[in-house]
Amino acid sequence: MGPDGKGIPLSPWLAPIVWEGTFDPTLIDSIYKQQNLTIATTVFALGKYIRFLKDFLESAEQNYFVGFHVHYYIFTDEPEQVPAVELGEDHHLTVIKVPSSNRWQEISLSRMRRLEELIESQLVNEADYVFSLDVDTKFYGHWGVETLGRLVGALHPWFYSSPREQFTYERRPESQAFIPYSEGDYYFIGAVIGGLVKDVYQLAKTCREQLEIDASKSIEAVWQEESHLNKYFLYNKPSKLLSPEYLWDDKKSKPEEIKIVRFSQILKNYAEIRPNP
Amino acid sequence: MKRRSLIYLHTNQNSCKQIIGKVFIKPEEKYKNFGLHSSPGFLYNQPSVLVGRTDVVSMTPWLAPIIWEGTFDPTLVDSIYKQHNLTIATTVFALGKYTRFLKDFLESAEEHYFVGFRVHYYLFTDQPEAVPEVKMGKNHRLTVRRVPSMDRWQDISMGRMEILEKLIENELASEADYIFCLDVDTKFYGRWGSESLGRLVGVIHPWFFDYPRDQFTYERRPESQAFIPAGEGDYYYTAAAFGGSLADVHHLTKTCREQMNIDAANSIEAIWHEESHLNKYFLYNKPSKLLSPEYLWRDINISVGQVKIIRFSHVAKNNAEVRPN
Repeated sequence: MGPDGKGIPLSPWLAPIVWEGTFDPTLIDSIYKQQNLTIATTVFALGKYIRFLKDFLESAEQNYFVGFHVHYYIFTDEPEQVPAVELGEDHHLTVIKVPSSNRWQEISLSRMRRLEELIESQLVNEADYVFSLDVDTKFYGHWGVETLGRLVGALHPWFYSSPREQFTYERRPESQAFIPYSEGDYYFIGAVIGGLVKDVYQLAKTCREQLEIDASKSIEAVWQEESHLNKYFLYNKPSKLLSPEYLWDDKKSKPEEIKIVRFSQILKNYAEIRPNP
Repeated sequence: MKRRSLIYLHTNQNSCKQIIGKVFIKPEEKYKNFGLHSSPGFLYNQPSVLVGRTDVVSMTPWLAPIIWEGTFDPTLVDSIYKQHNLTIATTVFALGKYTRFLKDFLESAEEHYFVGFRVHYYLFTDQPEAVPEVKMGKNHRLTVRRVPSMDRWQDISMGRMEILEKLIENELASEADYIFCLDVDTKFYGRWGSESLGRLVGVIHPWFFDYPRDQFTYERRPESQAFIPAGEGDYYYTAAAFGGSLADVHHLTKTCREQMNIDAANSIEAIWHEESHLNKYFLYNKPSKLLSPEYLWRDINISVGQVKIIRFSHVAKNNAEVRPN
């Protein structure tokens, strides 16, 4: 680790890596406010995952793109369970009903297709940027326009110090998500994907197509769409990376280089909430 | 100019007190954007997330990269940019005695500047016959344009903005993707490549990178269009090198040209001529990428710890001898 406990601010292809201290929030806000942007945000809350929505939305309203136009799209099989959360000015919410599933892997896999369809049918006409976020999470700190970019990935909190051979990429050549041991920049987490609507569309479409090819061969990548996301980001490099501040894990203790936890996976009992093991 | 030894480039400006309303960055979508594609089987070292240079700051507070040696992988960036079949226009002005710098400038450029990429030099001179024969590498070519002589070096310097504006408007749109505008009394000593490409690129002046903003030699008279008050300013940029996309550099050169004309009508000339106007422009139209002083250094014989490689540098010259005034 660097002597002053800081993260590296640039990828080797010169994409900024966003850490506390690398940006001035007031300056960046003022730059982006002039652009009258809309940031769409997709969240999937199926089955028992709906219990996470209240904390997710309430904490988002405290921390997430405050002062900017945000439109949440909540995908759920139980629209009547969506909690009433008071939204700030310029924040809107739309609920989209989707069928239930009895496999969590299946829910995970279908997100790419739903994201692709939502962009095609709506976002392309109404949003500039889109983020796709996991729902079993909570905001603890500022998440703002410093995260905006053409194509944005977040570093997985458990792997950012690991050598690439230990990344949990899909290692079977039979899968479309295959990455050999000699390759790999970072391990990105599937819980956060962002960017311009058209660039996220390309990502979602490609991942969806590759997921379908795998399905037709009865192969499921080791970490589902996260494996495909990592493959995509290896050969279509993000233009901006978010440090693990932007997706932490409440199970993990905070090391020196993480000065602030902004968004984190909360503690949960998988056996209790997943429809299947 | 005597300089104390430099420690590192740091944003010693702790707050961004500036006329926030005037700051502008073009929305990302409108810029001709393309992906950063790389191919399977292309191997390079794994990047580190925690270990790297700690002696320099490599990002501005608005998250524009500041390019220093060690911040990028040259093979990787080249392979990404090579896929886009780019043309980089490069302008240089050599009037009067300045033609004497051309040979070294061009020969060294051919060794170091965008090697392997398509480059079109536009060389503006009042003496086309004085342009030396320099063998161009693959995909590099040179066009000479005659311009009128001028009596004042300041006028030559400032006049560049209008010529650049017109060049972009009239010619480059159909043939170049990026443009760099470089001083000629310079020489390349190290790689200058695709890591420097960006929508709007400024180069940090080699003499000011550790000064507090109130000592930057901005134009300080409110009567000038180039005026920047004390308490404002990010960096002091050099006018000896700047670049970016055609649209952005066109806007820059046009704005500077207009502002210089207003000043001239008011009988005022900014303290550092077009450099003063450039700095004003970059304060309110933030560059999307900055190049460290490696990309425009003082002199090859001067070394400073943090500048680990001198890529492009002024060459020693006797001002009295080469300037028309």
